[in-house]
Amino acid sequence: MNRYLRELSVAGALGLLLLAMAIFAPGFYQPQPLLSLATREAPTLVVACGMALVILCRQIDISVGSQFSVCGVAAGLMAAAKVPLFLVVPAAIGIGALLGAINGVLIAGLQLPSIVVTLAMMVTLRQGLNLQQQGVFVNLPDGVQWFGLSQLQGQWLVVAIAVLLTVLLGLALRRLTAGRWVYAIGSDAEAARLAGIRPQLGTFLVFVVMGALTGFAAALNLVQAPQVQPLSGSGLELKVIAAVVVGGVAISGGRGNLWGVFVGLLLLAAIAPALIHLRIEAYWEKAIQGTIILLAVVTDSIRGRAPKHPARSH
Amino acid sequence: MAPPLLELRQLAKSFGGARALRGVDFDLQAGEVHALLGENGAGKSTLIKIVTGAHQPDRGTIRVAGELVDHLTPATAHARGIACIYQQPALFPDLTVMENIALRLEAGAPFARVDWKGRRSRAVELLRRIGAEISPDAEVRSLSMPEQQLVEIACALGAGARIVIMDEPTASLTQKEQHLLFAVVRELRRSGVGVIYISHRLEEIFALADRVTVLRDGETVGTNPIAAINEAALIRMMVGREMTQIYPPSEAAPTEVALELRSLGCAEAGVTDVSFQVRAGEVFGLAGLVGAGRTELARILFGLTPADAGEIRLHGQVIHPRSAVEAVAAGIAYVPEDRRRHGVVLELPIAHNMTLAVQRRLFPRGWLRTEAEQSLALEFIRDLAIKCTGPDAPAGSLSGGNQQKVSLARWLATKPRLLILDEPTQGVDVGAKGEIHRIIRRLARSGLPVLLISSDLPEILGMSDRIGVMRAGRLVGVLPGGSDAHAVMAAALGQEQGAA
Repeated sequence: MNRYLRELSVAGALGLLLLAMAIFAPGFYQPQPLLSLATREAPTLVVACGMALVILCRQIDISVGSQFSVCGVAAGLMAAAKVPLFLVVPAAIGIGALLGAINGVLIAGLQLPSIVVTLAMMVTLRQGLNLQQQGVFVNLPDGVQWFGLSQLQGQWLVVAIAVLLTVLLGLALRRLTAGRWVYAIGSDAEAARLAGIRPQLGTFLVFVVMGALTGFAAALNLVQAPQVQPLSGSGLELKVIAAVVVGGVAISGGRGNLWGVFVGLLLLAAIAPALIHLRIEAYWEKAIQGTIILLAVVTDSIRGRAPKHPARSH
Repeated sequence: MAPPLLELRQLAKSFGGARALRGVDFDLQAGEVHALLGENGAGKSTLIKIVTGAHQPDRGTIRVAGELVDHLTPATAHARGIACIYQQPALFPDLTVMENIALRLEAGAPFARVDWKGRRSRAVELLRRIGAEISPDAEVRSLSMPEQQLVEIACALGAGARIVIMDEPTASLTQKEQHLLFAVVRELRRSGVGVIYISHRLEEIFALADRVTVLRDGETVGTNPIAAINEAALIRMMVGREMTQIYPPSEAAPTEVALELRSLGCAEAGVTDVSFQVRAGEVFGLAGLVGAGRTELARILFGLTPADAGEIRLHGQVIHPRSAVEAVAAGIAYVPEDRRRHGVVLELPIAHNMTLAVQRRLFPRGWLRTEAEQSLALEFIRDLAIKCTGPDAPAGSLSGGNQQKVSLARWLATKPRLLILDEPTQGVDVGAKGEIHRIIRRLARSGLPVLLISSDLPEILGMSDRIGVMRAGRLVGVLPGGSDAHAVMAAALGQEQGAA
């Protein structure tokens, strides 16, 4: 159980928060608002899974917010042009994968620093979208919202898809050889290369997956409202990076898993409604989230510095 | 007579269990070039680090200009006029020569006014003193390696250095640049500076030095005026030693040729025209000084710096590995040097490390099969006697020798057709070293051709069935196993009588 200590401690913090709510503000536990919260956060969870892969590879992608917006608007325009939803979703995924591939080529192929490449990508996509859309919302035809189901069914479906995807990705990371490569590349790319793994190809593919997941998340977001806002993804990158870091993925790569990310996102997402129910001013939300992130980073750094208990042999 | 500039008596230093210096005597006179010679690991670097204050000796005395110094730190060494010119100068590449010199020499208060005129005239004067034609306004980035070394020397002089240590200064210089450097060294000598000159190149030592001291196994073998000694005697002093360790006997009954290199070369790696054969079941040792091109040759074979000339035949089949992936597919296993950095992935568990190179074979459908992985890991842990708490322990928690065994296990799991070991026992304690030697023997006995690279001369002599000696990127000789150290060292240093 020692192996999951870090994830368990985040889960413990979440448990404490939920316990506190049960005691001080039982009004927190109303099914419909909680379901709405989960639905809103479902696309964030999908992007956070991709971000976890990227950070495990010792890279970063701060263009996901802009990618999310571009995919969302593109998918919205297609839906508005009466393209059926079962084509719109793959198209959003495809556009995301393409954007991710551009990042991947520049980062893995040309060995450019990911922070700079994705910063450029973030600004370029964002401004391009502003220019094209001029801030105009895309109105969606009937039958797109909640996949044409009732709101309740639609919400459950969105949440179920996001959770299922997380579980599948988490298992893949643990059980597929490709997942092992991600850890090896993030721990020591040169050692991985000497072991016959292709670190550049792996890093490229991780960025493609990141983009594809972002595109899919944009589709999950699309079905939640009667129109698409071009600004829907702004700030998303910070939110998902925070969830990944709080969830125990080492920013230096090679350590962490998706279960932690899942719990980390739940913790961060629960803060805002908890504050409302506790009648604390909403301005505290960001401060508390920031404190949690700092706490996570500081404990990781202390843990990382602790001696690695070399086995006394010979 | 004035006291010597530097006098070391019975200096000793240990790192953990390893005794780097056992009792070194050394002295340096003003206006003298004193060469320091010894094979890899003889203690030269440790000695330098003590003199520059980077390490504290466990025992012994240091006198600078007759005065006993009991606690030398980098700052006090600097203040007493001791300067070291390293092979790779430590300058600021984006600043100009003048600024670099100023940074070394000025005790900068943060808000002190910068005296640009003074800085410039000082730089010009120092550079002129060593006869260097370098503009004080040139960015260091734009200078060649020897020019950067000259800037370092100028800094040392400007700081009032009386003792200048030069560590393999000519290793990366062309002939012409060497002559320029020699002129500077002679100029230093004329001005009364004492120079400690470290080099593997005997011809340089004979051209430049006044006296030469030979170190071996952390002890001074002897100090002689250069006029009173010849090359053969120097080599004898460097290697003359008893075998201190028992090596498992060779049982090779070499059969067919497993690996054949024909005029192999790679301009990028600095390896030229290497040809030799390794037979199945044979341990072929590669000897040579640091930088002779042994690791570079291994990296060519493993596809990391692909060859651009000649050919590689593995079991009769011509191969051209262009990446590690291709080399692994061809059946080549490479246990790299510097295990701490790249031999194992420290954060991954032992079992994961062991299967890293065989994932495609062990998990053909991409699914990790934990049971298969664990049983493979347990087998190797038992087989190689790896001391650990279990297959799930992170590789970083193991001792050096056991990490090396994990690295070895990873490659044995690939069932290689050629095993390349690069410094397999570097930084490994004596017990584990013996175990690794026995493992190498066992592997060879099973018919695996082994290419063994080691800077540990006794290891090469004791383990190899045949020994290839490299020098400056070329194979300069192949000697039979059991050759004496003298012959190998002579070939590595470029003396004709050793190259058979």
